[in-house]
Amino acid sequence: MIELIFALAVGILTASGVWLLLRPRTFQVIIGLSLLSYAVNLFIFGMGRLRIGSPPVLQNPEVVDPALYTDPLPQALVLTAIVISFAMTALFLVVLLASRGLTGTDHVDGREDAQ
Amino acid sequence: MTGALDHLIIVPILLPLVSGAVMLLLDERLRTIKAAIGVATTIALLIVSIMLLRMADMMPPGSGVRTYELGNWPAPYGIVLVLDRLAALMLVLTSVLGLTTLLYSLARWHRAGPRFHTIFQLQLMGLNGAFLTGDLFNLFVFFEVLLAASYGLVLHGDGVGRVRAGLAYIAINLTGSFLFLIGASLAYGVTGTLNMADLAHRIPALAPGDAALFAAAAAVLGTAFLMKAGAWPLNFWLPTTYAASSAPAAAIFAIMSKLGVYVILRLWTLVFGPDAGSLAGFGGEWLLIGGMLTMVFGTIGVLASQTLSRLAGCSVLISSGTVLAAIGTGGGAVIGSALFYLVSSTLGIAALFLLVELVERLRGPGADVLAVTMEAYGEAEDESDDKEIGVAIPATVALLGGSFIACALLLAGLPPLSGFIGKFGMMAAMLRSDGGTVQVSTWLLIGLLTVSGLATLIAMTRTGINSFWARMDDSVPRVRIIEMAPVLALLLICLGLTVGGGPAMRYMEATTQALRTPQDYVTGVLSAQRPGSNGAEVRP
Repeated sequence: MIELIFALAVGILTASGVWLLLRPRTFQVIIGLSLLSYAVNLFIFGMGRLRIGSPPVLQNPEVVDPALYTDPLPQALVLTAIVISFAMTALFLVVLLASRGLTGTDHVDGREDAQ
Repeated sequence: MTGALDHLIIVPILLPLVSGAVMLLLDERLRTIKAAIGVATTIALLIVSIMLLRMADMMPPGSGVRTYELGNWPAPYGIVLVLDRLAALMLVLTSVLGLTTLLYSLARWHRAGPRFHTIFQLQLMGLNGAFLTGDLFNLFVFFEVLLAASYGLVLHGDGVGRVRAGLAYIAINLTGSFLFLIGASLAYGVTGTLNMADLAHRIPALAPGDAALFAAAAAVLGTAFLMKAGAWPLNFWLPTTYAASSAPAAAIFAIMSKLGVYVILRLWTLVFGPDAGSLAGFGGEWLLIGGMLTMVFGTIGVLASQTLSRLAGCSVLISSGTVLAAIGTGGGAVIGSALFYLVSSTLGIAALFLLVELVERLRGPGADVLAVTMEAYGEAEDESDDKEIGVAIPATVALLGGSFIACALLLAGLPPLSGFIGKFGMMAAMLRSDGGTVQVSTWLLIGLLTVSGLATLIAMTRTGINSFWARMDDSVPRVRIIEMAPVLALLLICLGLTVGGGPAMRYMEATTQALRTPQDYVTGVLSAQRPGSNGAEVRP
């Protein structure tokens, strides 16, 4: 059951993200990129297999049964990915504002479509 | 090998990081000091990478690679840096381009925006790291470092055109990064490792279902890298962005598109080598077809270009497409010549990007745009401290014209410059490798190589006539030594590649040989002697 919900969440986030990414307004693009990054982060997390109630950190180094623990590596990767995509989104936001200021429009092409 | 030399492998990453960080602390007005630090760092980088190249070249064939274990964790668990001939070659190429473009930027561009030197060093750090790393996720991190720096460089100098191109460039590359993450994590989910050597080691043992999943992961990863390399149809952003960015930035970007090619060459030969079982040679025909389509697109783009900078951007596509298609053919000797072509065309394109700005000064408007930009940034000082940078040189037009002809010969692949050797070597190897029966695709590729060279020649001739012969006025533009010298240096290196074609080609052949025996790489990484252990050099 949790796998289904998880997969649906990733799918919906990705679909919305891609749709927004292809929209003509820069703000829509940045929201689309954010949604995509959520989807990707969840996906990375899911690649360590979904398990409930098992810790990623070894609590008792003497007796180690890996089957009792969840894979800690994807969680570390997610952390890196979150930080990087967060920083990149912030940077994109600055460029977006610069573009808005220079061209006077929030269209991604820097000019409005011919009506 | 002694301990100190072992640590040389990490120097190309640490050095620019430290110098970039130090320059961040200095006040923006201390440009001379920053420039001195930047140049000193890049010269040191060049020396280190040449030492690494010699180190890689002295390794006996079959002994694999030199590794550097970060944090002294052994290979499949910790992140390793891996030095082999291919990585060393790319490091030298990066530092040559870094030094020449940095020198060029000292004439005026480094004053056109804040934090130029720091961003430039971080760009070099990201490139070097991406060439050296032996870990898939670490590769992602270095990709992000160099991308973040390249966003800064694209926007360097400001202006509507750059911001507009930068917006598309950042959006495209963020999407590419997501694809990279999906591919890398999927590969981890299937194989349970991110170490490239360990990945290659585990592929043959995959269950059929897992193999299909891994193929999907490789396809997603490949899309991300092809996007970076500028393969059609993922390359519409590339000519626009490269043409819009400032000359030094565009010249250093010439190697960035080759990074995508490098990663594909590295991962593809390593993971989908002959030992990979059902996945051996996965996607080879895609590389071939994609590369050829990229060449077609680039050829049309070159012919259709109205401006010289756009023409240079389209030649990046031709160059990438050629190397991708050559990788796709899979023949060993073809890849060797393709590497030679990669080096010479990258140098040629970088020289062209630097030259474009100088040539456009002949026409006038180009210089005006820059002047406006400088004014917008609040630079009143123009002629006053130019004197300390360099003096205007005599015979400017003749030098510019000569360099332009050299660039045209290089990119079109005509003798006597090194572009010819690369192209000729590729064609000869393709005709030889099939043993008499030459496939249709090979003929197509040979035809495309010829046609793309011809198209480049036509386009360059046309722009050359417009720029040099059909000028409105006879005023000689001011070109300083510090701007001309990097262009000449790049072209002289290409000349050196021609004269020293034998040794260079021998190095490329050895590189290819190493690429074709991925098991050496795998055993080299996974069973590396750890520095600080008993020091015995015996390998299992």
